[in-house]
Amino acid sequence: MYSSGVKKSDLSESLLYNPKIRSISFQLIALVLVFSALFILRNNTLVNLDAQGKSLGFGFLKDTSGFSILPTFGTWAMNYQVGVSTYLDVFFVGILNTTVVALMGILAATIVGFTIGIFRLSNNFILKTFASIFVEIFRNIPLLLWLFIFYFAVLRNLPAKRDAVFLSETVGLNITGLYAPAPLLQAGFLYVVLALMVSLVAAVFISNWAKKRFLATGKKIPGGWISLAIVFILPIIVFYALGKPLAWEYPIFKSDGPILRRGFQSGVGMMIVPEMIAVWAALSLYTAAYIAEIVRSGILAVSYGQTEASFALGLRPSATLRLVIIPQAMRVIVPPLTSQYLNLIKNSSLAVAIAYPELVSTFGGTALNQVGKEVEMIFMLMCVYLTFSILTSMFMNWFNSRMKLEER
Amino acid sequence: MKSNISYVRKQDAPILPPPINQVGIIGWLWRNGISSMTNFSSIANSAQSLAMIAISFIILYLGITGIWTLIDFAFIQAIWSDEDELKRLACATTLQGGSLPEEWFGACWPYIGAKAKLLVYGMYDIEEIWRVNITYLILILGISWIVIGGLPFKFQVGIFLLTVYPIIAFILLTGGGLDIEYSTLILLLIFSFCSSLLCFLSSKRFLGEVIFSLYSILNTVRYLLIYLTTVTILFSLDLGLVTVETEKWGGLLVTLVVAITGIVASLPLGVLLALGRRSSMPAIRVLCVVFIEFWRGVPLITVLFMASFMLPLFLPEGSDVNKLLRALIGVTLFSSAYMAEVIRGGLQAIPTGQYEASSALGLSYYQTSRLIVLPQALVLVIPGIVNTFIGLFKDTTLVLIISLFDLLGMIQSTFADPTWSTPVQSLTGYLAVACMFWVILFSMSRYSMFMEKKLRYEH
Repeated sequence: MYSSGVKKSDLSESLLYNPKIRSISFQLIALVLVFSALFILRNNTLVNLDAQGKSLGFGFLKDTSGFSILPTFGTWAMNYQVGVSTYLDVFFVGILNTTVVALMGILAATIVGFTIGIFRLSNNFILKTFASIFVEIFRNIPLLLWLFIFYFAVLRNLPAKRDAVFLSETVGLNITGLYAPAPLLQAGFLYVVLALMVSLVAAVFISNWAKKRFLATGKKIPGGWISLAIVFILPIIVFYALGKPLAWEYPIFKSDGPILRRGFQSGVGMMIVPEMIAVWAALSLYTAAYIAEIVRSGILAVSYGQTEASFALGLRPSATLRLVIIPQAMRVIVPPLTSQYLNLIKNSSLAVAIAYPELVSTFGGTALNQVGKEVEMIFMLMCVYLTFSILTSMFMNWFNSRMKLEER
Repeated sequence: MKSNISYVRKQDAPILPPPINQVGIIGWLWRNGISSMTNFSSIANSAQSLAMIAISFIILYLGITGIWTLIDFAFIQAIWSDEDELKRLACATTLQGGSLPEEWFGACWPYIGAKAKLLVYGMYDIEEIWRVNITYLILILGISWIVIGGLPFKFQVGIFLLTVYPIIAFILLTGGGLDIEYSTLILLLIFSFCSSLLCFLSSKRFLGEVIFSLYSILNTVRYLLIYLTTVTILFSLDLGLVTVETEKWGGLLVTLVVAITGIVASLPLGVLLALGRRSSMPAIRVLCVVFIEFWRGVPLITVLFMASFMLPLFLPEGSDVNKLLRALIGVTLFSSAYMAEVIRGGLQAIPTGQYEASSALGLSYYQTSRLIVLPQALVLVIPGIVNTFIGLFKDTTLVLIISLFDLLGMIQSTFADPTWSTPVQSLTGYLAVACMFWVILFSMSRYSMFMEKKLRYEH
């Protein structure tokens, strides 16, 4: 009989091979190891900081900063002044500049990427070849090298400070930057913004109503066109009714007079520093190459049977594209597209190499060298980027749950 | 009644030639563009065709101008040799003191020739360069062995490249002869001997059930300890090679060292993290997820900053970490998170049946992972690993921010050399480095695509 053959040692054996006990003990060991390692690191850090005469704390954020930052959107928005602004302001200037270049990069990369991706699928030999060359060149050369090429090799060869090339009457370019008219908002412009917001809400409302009506009755109203018209027409009417509450400040270029006064006059009009242009161009073209590949594979992922089926149902090619192919392709395109956007945000930190004052170069570069609070400052830097990536992945989860295939 | 009217054709219809616009050059042109430019059947189609013609010609013009500018700069106008040792004057126009016409604008290749050694080896001692060459040679031979189809022992060569080659490369490049205390060595020897003894005894069930139940773990620990001990002994041996400090390394050498160490060291870490992330134990899963998402969420520059500023703070007082080693640690942690995600993809592709079959055979979790799941998953993710390597190879350029001189950092630093200073200096330098990167990265991406296709059809 089996039962009579059971030895006493089987109790310990059954405990040893009990999956629950094994798993709990493994987890305990892992946790103890990880936390003791963290504890040792913390202790070492404290001892080392003590030896250097430093202490932990975020008090330095209230100190006034002693270095100037290139005039950019961030310095303008935070009204940054050397000796007045604090290191916390420096931090926000960095975040703002990162955000500006990342948003502009995302916009440009999306437009260029989708165009190139569609070119790659075209049956036009010229477009196809051009798109392939574009993708292979931009993908296979490191981003930092592109940044250097755009900054040192292209933009450094622009006309000198006292000279300029003019792209139009009022937009000029030289080695100190791109000069363009600056909008000056006057009293009453707020109403135009309000009108724009009202018309946006109305547009959403109308297109939803049109769609609902179409689904209920089958009668078509060009809801999209109507809402587009509202979005444009209402703010324009308000704008003119209030007597154009917007003026432009044009940059002034002097080609004669004392030599030191020639060139663009500083502080007049809008100036975009060449660092910004280089970062923007490199980031958006490099990311566009990846987006093009994502778009191409997304469209190819929709099988040709879908097109054939929709033709068989009598849909025209444009309707097929709009109602059948794009919705299905977007489901494949959006997740990798979001991670490309996230990559772009993270890659904007490369701007430190050409000293565009974004987060890493202002706060992690100059400010860190002045304050010397490595632990706190790198912690803050990482927190900003982690926030960006958590927001992105939250968006991705939301999108995935919304776009999930509803199988019936 | 018989009728001789036939309703069915008795001979084959004559074979007609294909329509003229389907074959040959005309057919190719028709299919690849003309058809989309010549459709004027309706107003909408005509507008589309006209737009297509306009876009095609604009892009053709831009493309040809761009390519022509590049060829003109890199080949036609370029200066190829500097026999009289004129240095910068060889590539200077009359306005800049040279003898070239004023509108000359071309590449200055002698400059790259003069800096070639710097670009490939950095400041590595000139009489020791054979060591770098042997390291490069073994790498090239090993990789081509794996890449070229039809050669035997690919698996063994791969294992050699992942385990033995890093040791050889380390000894050759640094010179070996590390200062390791005897007590450490003896301690390691005792540990590995004890673990081997423990393993042997427990496999014979001499030490009771408790130890036997841990046999598989003990076995791994034993192999790790033996490997570690061997490596330590080899590193501490004095082979009579001159020590070359890592401060002298540079150019392609640093790029390759950073990228390859990053990928090789992150492979085992990535496997562990991926298994941990798919583990059924919540604490381990959470730890792995936090680790992976943390490194994936921050840019490499902040990781490198952390490695160069904070790593010295984390270590016990008085320990000094080499700058290159700091960067390597940062890069390894960073890439292990990406590697873990790639390997997790492979693990997810293994059908549940494999797990069920192996547990039906009575294999433990450890045996299932080692013998059934990982061998299949790792082969599946080869393209993913190559893609991670491509990303890492491009990211190594960032080490120039913590003032290590990789390929890009090296060319950037040569721009400060006044003896070659001309307006075309930076363009020539960037063009040369861009070409080097492009060739390496393009061939890797093609290999990854080829493997992807091959793996898809093998299934």
